[in-house]
Amino acid sequence: MSKVNYTSLEANSKGFYGLMGVLAAVILVALGAVYYMEHNGHWVTGMNNQIVWGLPHVFAIFLIVAASGALNVASIGTVFGKAIYKPLGRLSSLLALALLTGGLLVLVLDLGRPDRLIVAMTYYNFKSIFAWNIFLYTGFFGIVAVYIWFMMERKMNKYYKVAGYAAFVWRLILTTGTGSIFGFLVARSAYDAAIMAPLFIALSFSLGMACFILFLMATYKWSEKELGDAILRRLKNVLGIFVAAAFYFVLAYHLTNLYATEHHGFEAFLLTGPSGHTPLFWVGQILIGTVAPLLIFYTKMGESRSAIAVGSALVIIGGFAQFTTIIIGGQAYPMPIFPDYEVISSSFGDAAKYYAYTPSLPEIVLGIGGVAIAILIFVFGCAVLRFLPDSLADKVADPHYKAESSA
Amino acid sequence: MNKLLVILASMAVLLIGSTASAGSPKPLPNLDNVQGDKCVAPKEVIRVEHMEYIMHQRDETMHRGIRTSKHSLKGCINCHIVKGDDGKPVNFMDDRHFCNSCHEYAAVQMDCFQCHASTPTPGPVAAGK
Amino acid sequence: MSSKESNETNKSRRQFLGAAAATATMTVAPGVTVIGLAQAKPVDQAVSSKNRWGLLIDSNKCASGCDACVTACNTENGIEEIHGPETDPQWIRKVTLKHKASGRETSLPLMCQHCEHPPCVDVCPTGASFRREDGIVLVDRHTCIGCRYCMMACPYKARSFVHETLTQQVEYMPRGKGCVESCTLCVHRVDAGSGDPACVEACNKENHNAMMFGDLNDKYSDINQELRAYKTRELRADLNLNTGVRYRGI
Ligand code: HEC
Ligand code: HEC
Ligand code: HEC
Repeated sequence: MSKVNYTSLEANSKGFYGLMGVLAAVILVALGAVYYMEHNGHWVTGMNNQIVWGLPHVFAIFLIVAASGALNVASIGTVFGKAIYKPLGRLSSLLALALLTGGLLVLVLDLGRPDRLIVAMTYYNFKSIFAWNIFLYTGFFGIVAVYIWFMMERKMNKYYKVAGYAAFVWRLILTTGTGSIFGFLVARSAYDAAIMAPLFIALSFSLGMACFILFLMATYKWSEKELGDAILRRLKNVLGIFVAAAFYFVLAYHLTNLYATEHHGFEAFLLTGPSGHTPLFWVGQILIGTVAPLLIFYTKMGESRSAIAVGSALVIIGGFAQFTTIIIGGQAYPMPIFPDYEVISSSFGDAAKYYAYTPSLPEIVLGIGGVAIAILIFVFGCAVLRFLPDSLADKVADPHYKAESSA
Repeated sequence: MNKLLVILASMAVLLIGSTASAGSPKPLPNLDNVQGDKCVAPKEVIRVEHMEYIMHQRDETMHRGIRTSKHSLKGCINCHIVKGDDGKPVNFMDDRHFCNSCHEYAAVQMDCFQCHASTPTPGPVAAGK
Repeated sequence: MSSKESNETNKSRRQFLGAAAATATMTVAPGVTVIGLAQAKPVDQAVSSKNRWGLLIDSNKCASGCDACVTACNTENGIEEIHGPETDPQWIRKVTLKHKASGRETSLPLMCQHCEHPPCVDVCPTGASFRREDGIVLVDRHTCIGCRYCMMACPYKARSFVHETLTQQVEYMPRGKGCVESCTLCVHRVDAGSGDPACVEACNKENHNAMMFGDLNDKYSDINQELRAYKTRELRADLNLNTGVRYRGI
């Protein structure tokens, strides 16, 4: 394995400006959507007093969780000392920052009063998991920025391991925090489960890795740099393990729920119920997000690059479906306020079998805007600093490279 | 390039001109219809300290249930009436509203009247955006 | 509503209240000396944990089909119909229940339960959701950023979000777009010592007397006496929130 040279992305091509232009346009439209929603108030969205967190939160949580996981590759290189991942450390850190920024912006722009962001920064209730998360997110930015700096600056190079460990621990805590936003809500059948935290960590691993693979493939294809099979196969094998791990926690979550009678109602609602969350769970989360990628990754198909890309995309789609069922499905099921009674009527929807939610266009646009911001930051970062290994061809990247065999 | 500069320069002049004509002379708060004969603090003091008073009162009322009227927002509004052309007190949408008289000049943004009454009570608040 | 009108209604409300409270005192707890209506606290004095305000709701007396409490709350707090029940705030709602085992039907009003350990307060990132010393759980709408986490956390769905620009607020209850809100137990009345919350007053006016307001800590108060004399129930008692609103008949 030879020494890795890092370069930045060629920023003067038509393609580059075209991409930046498209992203900027998407972001502008998203800002327009935000203005529309904030000016009119949230009644123009699909959210209401029953489904208080909607599609923007699905996008936001997805991006935040994926951000933490995108750092995986860097961690495996630094913390677990796997040589093949080391050249990817910078890129993986950049992607983490980009995704986190996109997610947080969506979250903030959906607040009822985004103009009061300063209040969120100056008033804290330390019992609130949300408040912890504000520290965890800002800390994540700081630590990962330092980590990148140490990796890039030769003089600081000797400390980068320390920064890498710190980033690794921090992002485990961060995802624990994100999962706990839901895990500690005693009121709701869907959420009252400490397993939310490890489930979110496993999800962050799989979604972050899937995002990373796609970003890596796109960047190298587009900049016409070489990306060897060895790295890709390695990454997809790891992704497969993460997908399986996430599925294990999903299984554990539902099995515990199925054991406890008080949660039967919710389980029946999700697994067999009449709402759109049932197909989202079975088709989206299980079939598309779990079974199909595992089939792709661990059969002959897994040797093809396009199949790896498709598999990663499926993981992302499945993750999106999963966050939809967790965030929106969890609210859609009515709360058991009167366990011994059946609610006959109520003006506030207590008698409903479940609460329906249809996202409005501005919400969808806002979410996509968050993704666009993440991509923009990633591309921009690649253009201004040297994040990209010049070549990831097998003979450069793979420590076990032998002339004709690969992987 | 030169053309652009000329355009920009003339735009700047126009802009300065228009703000200057709107902003000068420095507006004085209208006290024609103020209730009572003195404020809750000397003029010099209330001018610079009123935000502290109001914000303090806000927390005292909200969290501790203290409902004295001296520094309450309701109090300010009930005394500081500015009548409009129809003889009725104007609300905060009107530039002449007492609280707007300096704030617009000083570029202070306040969201208070999205919720709070800006005309003497009782009656519905004419709030807006 | 002109000022004169509202003063008059206020006056008649109070007179009426005096009478209602007196009769309630006599019939509910004969032989017990009751201090009567809550004494007004001086305006410059802070509320204290000596008091704990609460409600007792007797679902046996609550008339199904009657929503006087809801209407009164809306009028009192300036809550109007805007874009329909899904997005309009509801600080109090009427719920009709059917007992699963016996099939008996009951109806009751449901609002913020003013917990001693409120989940909404725990989760609020800025501390805008808070519990006053005297037990009233409120949203400080000056620091609420509209994140709605409290709505996710409340086991009673007692909170609403303001989904649009408001223009018809009443002057003593400032409300506005983008903040979360819920029943305040008519905190402006409590602080003024001017009697019961609007819902309770309306229920009494209908002669249903299904709701009782008072100081749970004051052992001479009517509500305390009732709690001593009869078995009452907290909603979601399994969560150990020690609610300030208690129910009878369910
Ligand atoms: C009892 C009625 C009353 C109340 C209550 C009151 N004011 Fe005044 N205020 C006055 C009067 C009268 C003056 C004019 C004083 C003077 O000319 O010396 C005045 C003057 C002022 C001025 C100075 C205006 C100038 O000419 O520069 C400010 C600022 C002001 N008040 C703000 C407030 C604020 C803010 C509040 C609420 C905390 C408030 N006032 C409450 C009666 C009142
Ligand atoms: C989202 C709605 C909202 C906004 C915006 C708002 N308030 Fe309030 N305010 C309230 C509520 C609710 C109360 C409590 C009323 C009560 O308990 O009687 C209150 C009470 C107060 C009080 C104590 C009552 C009084 O009249 O003195 C003050 C002072 C106050 N606010 C000041 C402000 C100031 C200054 C601003 C702008 C910077 C502001 N508020 C913006 C909702 C709001
Ligand atoms: C004499 C001019 C004047 C008048 C009249 C006046 N203000 Fe102000 N106010 C100011 C200035 C100047 C500031 C900005 C102070 C600063 O930025 O430090 C300010 C700031 C404030 C703030 C703080 C805003 C923030 O976001 O920090 C509040 C609240 C406020 N004023 C309330 C009022 C109310 C309510 C009235 C009407 C009753 C009023 N003011 C009338 C001059 C005035």
